[in-house]
Amino acid sequence: MLRIVVAEDAVLLREGLVGIVERFGHQVVAAVGDAAALTTAVAHERPDVVLTDVRMPPAFTDEGLRAAVALRAAYPGMPVLVLSQYVQPTYAAELLDSGGGRGVGYLLKHRVGRVEEFMDALVRVANGGAAVDPEVVAQLLGRRRDPLTRLTPREREVLGLIAEGRSNAAIARALVVSEAAVAKHIASILLKLDLPPAADDHRRVLAVLAYLRG
Amino acid sequence: MTPRTAFQAVSESPLGFLASSWPWRSVAYLISGVLLGALTAGVLIGLLLAGALLAVALVGLVAFLAVALSGVAVGRFERWRLRLIDPDPLPDPHRRPERAGRVAWVRTRLREPATWRELGYTVVSLGALWWIDALMLGLVLGIPISLMVTPLFELQDQSNAFFPKILYTVAGLALLPFAAYPVTVWAAARGALARAILAPRDAELGAQLVEVSRSRARLVDAFDVERRRIERDLHDGAQQRLVALSMAIGLARLEVADGSTAAKHLTAAQDEAERAHAELRELIRGVHPQVLTDRGLPASVTDLADRSPVPVRVDVELPRRLPAPVEVTAHFVVSEALTNVARHSGASGATVHARLHVDTLVLEVRDDGAGGADLAGGTGLAGLADRVAAAGGRLLLSSPPGGPTLVRAELPCSG
Repeated sequence: MLRIVVAEDAVLLREGLVGIVERFGHQVVAAVGDAAALTTAVAHERPDVVLTDVRMPPAFTDEGLRAAVALRAAYPGMPVLVLSQYVQPTYAAELLDSGGGRGVGYLLKHRVGRVEEFMDALVRVANGGAAVDPEVVAQLLGRRRDPLTRLTPREREVLGLIAEGRSNAAIARALVVSEAAVAKHIASILLKLDLPPAADDHRRVLAVLAYLRG
Repeated sequence: MTPRTAFQAVSESPLGFLASSWPWRSVAYLISGVLLGALTAGVLIGLLLAGALLAVALVGLVAFLAVALSGVAVGRFERWRLRLIDPDPLPDPHRRPERAGRVAWVRTRLREPATWRELGYTVVSLGALWWIDALMLGLVLGIPISLMVTPLFELQDQSNAFFPKILYTVAGLALLPFAAYPVTVWAAARGALARAILAPRDAELGAQLVEVSRSRARLVDAFDVERRRIERDLHDGAQQRLVALSMAIGLARLEVADGSTAAKHLTAAQDEAERAHAELRELIRGVHPQVLTDRGLPASVTDLADRSPVPVRVDVELPRRLPAPVEVTAHFVVSEALTNVARHSGASGATVHARLHVDTLVLEVRDDGAGGADLAGGTGLAGLADRVAAAGGRLLLSSPPGGPTLVRAELPCSG
């Protein structure tokens, strides 16, 4: 069971988010409507994971994101999953840069509808993993075209899935290939991108994301 | 060709001129000039006397002030009267006072050069012009008319024969057409003088022109505010309801068995909601880019570059956030230019370059494509030029056939 702080200014969505995480047996220790209340709630509750919106009162710009980045500076290792209405690589990069990229996620809001996938991502982030929206990944990939042109379409697909934080097994299932084939693709990708192969899945994700952000 | 001014009328064929309304209009112009002159002289002498007498009581100063401002009334009447012989209307050189009320009006008028030109005209008019008007009417028209009416006064005098009397009248009538010329020429000359003195100077016209372009900029600003409102409404309303709908479907999906018909329908509904959401997101981005509001131009341009199918190098360095209307205009310039690059240029790469030069944002979008872009042909570029012009800037385009294409926007950032 995870102890979760939810920050979302729209009551309808806040209630919905609380309903979903509780349906999966987790505990919402605070549900707040703005960035200041979020900061206070985290200081009080020290939750296992923070789930926050980007755009919140008072200015309705990127208060939620800034609060998330500040929280990760104040409480090293505090897992944060940010939900956004927009594909916004600038925001995503800023968030992923914080706390060495551990326990961090950036998803588009409508992914919440895929309840099980969303909960997977939340738990992954709470456990120190990463979760990046496929659309954001696609844009981050688009940003650095030159070296990526060396990749085959299949390798790009695999890289996208890696960046989302999927395991080799999950990637193999998604692409309907064997795990061995996935491992081969990954080795090839890391070679082409001049990244030394690492044993740890998690570090591999960070390496790829760091490269994409670069 | 119908003459447009008294001068043109005089140079027409004599019959055409004499049959036209110009001589009559000129006479009317001069008569009204005499009347105005007499009236102004009377009023001003009265005011000056009153001012001199009451100056001790300070009330007299108001009379002097009225004398100083009398040219405004004279000028207005002169401009109106001028249309008798010069159909081209003379614009009012005065500005509208910034505030309502008499004090503001007086203050504005006293500061305007036009007021003092009008006073000068009034003085010249009183000192010379209306005497000449009177002289013209008296001599040039007076002689033939008095010849014509002479027989009427001499009817009682039976000593002369009938013949010579009628000769006077004939002579008077014969002289009239000749009188029409000097009268019309003097009226035209006086009109030209009035126009030269009373017409607004370039600077005065300029003030009005600035006012017009400002109102255009206000209109564009109003549009931008409206776009942001629409974006907010879509974000807070439709988008959130779609997310809530998506969540509800997701929760329902958990309750039904995998592979059941209900599960299939719910999955289809989920897909549909996601498609609607994606479309709504695109729509909102087109209406108003949120990242521009949050992070300013460099971030929004980077964002546009990321979305472009053609590789774009972004080199935007600005020392500070620019005024919102400038940012929005600049964003749409880059957006439209990059869309054109992707659609028409066949370019393999593009560059967006922006710097602030003192108080002007200079924005350049360059591509290595086929060129041949045309401001007149492409509706997108023409629309951009309008938008940039409304923001007080200008849009320049260099796109020779064979390329490369350079779109350059210069946007003032002051104020």
